[in-house]
Amino acid sequence: MSLVQGKTGEWEVVIGLEVHAQVIAESKLFSGAATAFGAEPNTQVSLVDAAMPGMLPVLNEKSIEQAVKTGLGLNAQINLTSVFERKNYFYPDLPQGYQISQYLQPIVGEGVVTLDLPDGAVKEVGIERLHLEQDAGKSLHDQHPTATYIDLNRSGVTLMEIVSKPDMRSAEEVGAYLEKLRSILRYLGTCSGNMEEGSMRCDVNVSVRHPGEDLGTRTETKNVNSIRFAKQAIEHEAKRQIALIEDGGKVTQETRLFDPDRGVTRAMRSKEEAHDYRYFPDPDLLPVVLDPDWVAELKRGLPELPDAKKARFTADFGLSAYDAGVLVAEQETAAYFETVVAGGGGRDAKQAANWVTGALFGALNRGGMEIGAAPIDADKLGGLLDLLEAGTISGRIAKDVFDAMWESGKDAATVVEEKGLKQISDSGAIEAIVDHAIADNPGQVEQFKSGNDKVLGWFVGQIMKASQGKANPGMVNQLLRKKLT
Amino acid sequence: MAVDKSTVAHIAKLACIRIPEAQQEALAGELNSILGWVEQLGELDTQGIAPMTSVVEMRLPKRVDAVTDGDCRDKVIANAPESAHGFFSVPKVVE
Repeated sequence: MSLVQGKTGEWEVVIGLEVHAQVIAESKLFSGAATAFGAEPNTQVSLVDAAMPGMLPVLNEKSIEQAVKTGLGLNAQINLTSVFERKNYFYPDLPQGYQISQYLQPIVGEGVVTLDLPDGAVKEVGIERLHLEQDAGKSLHDQHPTATYIDLNRSGVTLMEIVSKPDMRSAEEVGAYLEKLRSILRYLGTCSGNMEEGSMRCDVNVSVRHPGEDLGTRTETKNVNSIRFAKQAIEHEAKRQIALIEDGGKVTQETRLFDPDRGVTRAMRSKEEAHDYRYFPDPDLLPVVLDPDWVAELKRGLPELPDAKKARFTADFGLSAYDAGVLVAEQETAAYFETVVAGGGGRDAKQAANWVTGALFGALNRGGMEIGAAPIDADKLGGLLDLLEAGTISGRIAKDVFDAMWESGKDAATVVEEKGLKQISDSGAIEAIVDHAIADNPGQVEQFKSGNDKVLGWFVGQIMKASQGKANPGMVNQLLRKKLT
Repeated sequence: MAVDKSTVAHIAKLACIRIPEAQQEALAGELNSILGWVEQLGELDTQGIAPMTSVVEMRLPKRVDAVTDGDCRDKVIANAPESAHGFFSVPKVVE
């Protein structure tokens, strides 16, 4: 448990999240308008989304399927009957004057997400519920000095609101939760998890207490749109609340906004009656009733999810929990790794893991690339590992070969051939270089003979340099020892 | 459930309807008689009876996920009091 030290003692920070995840579907929750990101304003709006009089919502079956799949992926209870209700409030980007959402009977009930923490530990965070609702339109406040522009393209797009229990205790845990949730959603293909495009946004509930006390009063910080901002908002909000209480004040239950430019949260101005939503069942829609056989069929069709894959990677390949966690975070990475391991009649998994999480991730980061665009595909990396395994190239050279492959897109054997990087394992050739090094450095030979073992390493370095890194280091060591003693 | 003048003012505000103070008392009376009429339903014993959601026994109709609508910006913004560059334009609302 991570506690925060205040003036009056230690404080525990209690955090729960509401994540809004845009569902992957061609059309909207209740209309046949398109959902693609980045279209011209108001071109993906039907008269249903614009709330014209007399228009009726018709439910998209894909939205239901995606919500149920997500619920199954979160090990959650699927409610066979759920009800759409109207949440009433006025805002310019909500043309209906209400949002169709679920309230008393959500489609998904309690579940659990397992976090992989940076120190290798795991922690379970409870899911309270998942419900379906309509997204609102978008308000642009910065296009005109006195007007707000409204684009309804997003209006009516399906959202899943995933509500966690207040089980998190630090900004790090929240980061791990968001990463894990995003990973699960991407595996399931139910949400792109793209926070930059707003496909995943979160509201952060924070309160503080002395350990063992009852929960403190919480605040809700709205619309935080990156993992980094979520962490910043929590750090700031926890400090603010602790300082407030320690100075004799009280935390007010309120909605706050995160200011990404300054890294602080601030209270929203107009909010007095904002929470009186007067929910009631939407008279235009009947309850959603699911067939248990259909749910069972979806469950059978789920892909292997990150936790199961991680368990398999540690059990079958002997990987550390940390390496396995890194490899399974993205489905594409896991598939890449498995292709490397499976190829060439079966390759060393630890070696493969090192290369994927080391050289490959490094090069991807430098290039700002996704793994699918890597110039070295899994087969090519496998080819490199085979040359290394066979002793054709040394470990030192392998890194250079990797870089050359990355630049040229050529396979490992071609690069080694073209650049003449084959490891020298011919004992005659190595012996000649070793002899040369001994003959050139009588001083160091004396030092070795007088008991300075470190000189041996220096000799190896000289010989590797003379051979441009190509000499087989094992053989160099062996020959050197033999000749010096 | 009894509605008083302040409840009327609250509901009016939530509904974005301007109701002069002079009318609020009278409206409270009207709302109370409507609610009183509806409350007759409370005389029935509904213990153990699931709420009725539809007069006829039917399932919620669903659509196949396909783009079949939209792309009608002119119609969508035709009734807007103000529009600009394809957007609805409203008095600035910023937090």
